[in-house]
Amino acid sequence: MSELREIISTGNDLAAIAAVDAGCMFFGGYPITPSSEVMHTISDLLPRVGGAAVQMEDEIGGVAAAIGASMSGVRSLTATSGPGISLKAENLGLAQMAEVPLVVVNVMRGGPSTGLPTRVAQGDVAQAKNPSHGDYKSITLCAGNLAECYTETVRAFNLADRFMQPVFVLLDETIGHMHGKAMIPTQEAVKAGIKLRKTFDGPAEEYKPYGVAQDEPAVLNPMFTGYRYHFTGLHHDADGFPTEEIETCRKLIDRLFRKVDEHRDEIELNEEYMLEDADILLIGYGSASLAIKEAINELRKEGIKAGMFRPITLWPSPEERLYELGQKFDKVLSVELNQGQYLEEIQRAMGRKDIEKLTKTNGRPFSPADIIEKVKEVF
Amino acid sequence: MAFNYDEYLRTNKMPTLWCWGCGDGVILKAFIRAIDKLGIKKDDLCVVSGIGCSGRFSSYIDANTVHTTHGRTVAFATGIKLANPDKTVVCVAGDGDALAIGGNHTIHGCRRNIDMTLILINNFIYGLTNSQTSPTTPQGFWTVSQKVGNIDPTFNGCKLAEAAGASFVAREKVSEPKKLEKVIREAIAHKGFSFVEVLSNCHINLGRKNKMASAMENLDWIDSITLPKKKWDALPEEEKENYLPTGILKQDKEALEYCEAYQMVKDAHQGKRGKITPDDFKKKI
Repeated sequence: MSELREIISTGNDLAAIAAVDAGCMFFGGYPITPSSEVMHTISDLLPRVGGAAVQMEDEIGGVAAAIGASMSGVRSLTATSGPGISLKAENLGLAQMAEVPLVVVNVMRGGPSTGLPTRVAQGDVAQAKNPSHGDYKSITLCAGNLAECYTETVRAFNLADRFMQPVFVLLDETIGHMHGKAMIPTQEAVKAGIKLRKTFDGPAEEYKPYGVAQDEPAVLNPMFTGYRYHFTGLHHDADGFPTEEIETCRKLIDRLFRKVDEHRDEIELNEEYMLEDADILLIGYGSASLAIKEAINELRKEGIKAGMFRPITLWPSPEERLYELGQKFDKVLSVELNQGQYLEEIQRAMGRKDIEKLTKTNGRPFSPADIIEKVKEVF
Repeated sequence: MAFNYDEYLRTNKMPTLWCWGCGDGVILKAFIRAIDKLGIKKDDLCVVSGIGCSGRFSSYIDANTVHTTHGRTVAFATGIKLANPDKTVVCVAGDGDALAIGGNHTIHGCRRNIDMTLILINNFIYGLTNSQTSPTTPQGFWTVSQKVGNIDPTFNGCKLAEAAGASFVAREKVSEPKKLEKVIREAIAHKGFSFVEVLSNCHINLGRKNKMASAMENLDWIDSITLPKKKWDALPEEEKENYLPTGILKQDKEALEYCEAYQMVKDAHQGKRGKITPDDFKKKI
């Protein structure tokens, strides 16, 4: 167990602090509620360490600048909320296709459209799986408390470099704006854990950035280091040059899936709370899990044995563990601040439809009482 | 001795996908000669392009090259440049790319005056997608999306760039490859945002249905609508709008460049200077 330090902060600030501690040197963004504080804070932090933060002309420019900086070899961040993700989607697709690492913090608010800008929701979970057109595998992490706004942002940077693609960190308005004490790893521990992208150090003429094993990401050397190659959103060959050759195209998309699918153990992270002796399984993530935990504590005082499974990595989903839990528990309740976006994944993974759901889409967080009431009603 | 373009090209990726007689090849060669004369190392050069025929420009150059999404060239390049202020960044975009879908990034790249060159290849049409109206298509021209004649007013990219704050603005045409090389060279050497509009032919997708089906006819038409800036300046005011001036239209060597401006931010945050105030931006006299 690495040493922890105490910090009093907000979720949004912790995400920004984590990014800089993880070696992020570039931020591109655009103001949007409820994520703007990430930009405010990192705009102070990055210039201190020689990095750069730029407020671009729009959300599209924000993510484009961040991807551009990352293409050049610099760890980069963008932060936004749902409407911003909608606008950034096309460029996120380019980062998937060209295999450019990037961390995207999405502080979720009520949608669709302009929705409820200052209020909480978890309505972008499905969007995070497929924000852009085409086939690729999303990696999406979801912070369930203040400390995880820090630790999951750090983890996102390492995963982005490991798998060479965008990684989402989902916060929501409640956690992003929550202010309190958090115990987080020391800067030294974070620095010691940094795993930068792989690079090729052989002769330049032998360098094939996209010529890698079928379950591995591209090996993209930083720009300006003597390894000149091409980035494109088109289907491309081992050099990165556009091609329509049938087998090359098939293998590229196959690899974009397999590099994630075959290394799920490096990505998956869950929390299990009081599950060992439980009769009732509650499933939730993000800020909803805070209310679920409190509800479980209250229910147990009344002799109702409930426990929680909380995916911290939402995508790819913990499908094996969900299947096991679906076999073990008859009584399952899914709790989400949306109309059941993750419930569909739970049903798929468990292979059963008889899962109770508690949903809320009025911009207000769950209270433990909401959950206690629902448990008593359905079980 | 003939100039060796191969030194700067990915010769194993030839031939290009451009049509025979396309002006893009002339621009590519002028660009390469400019880079060579400036002595910029290929390793220190990043070429960023968008979508369209011009989007393929970057892929043929043996440098650090990026083919981005439609219209977003300058935004990607802004990230690359801010993270690597000592490197040379050149954007290549088409008229639809930089003036329609990417207009916002063009405007704000100019406004920031960030040190990069935007070569805007204006062929007056969407070529790659087969002849739709672009922001620079002349009124009355046939396009596939306005077959009875284009009614949309025509955008003047250089005026836009000048108004938006680019500190170097120039226009050239592919029928003058030596002048083109010189303008590109000066644009890249200029510190600040350099906007270079290059008028080019698309006899296939513009010319074919507008009575200039060969490259030469298309180039003659471009010649008929352009005048060197000196001659254009001498025209009576009422005649000026009939022609586009060529050459360097604006150069402000004093304008504050964005990476240098951002250095003030770094210095302020690192305690090496005080806060930035309006006085920092008063024109030096």
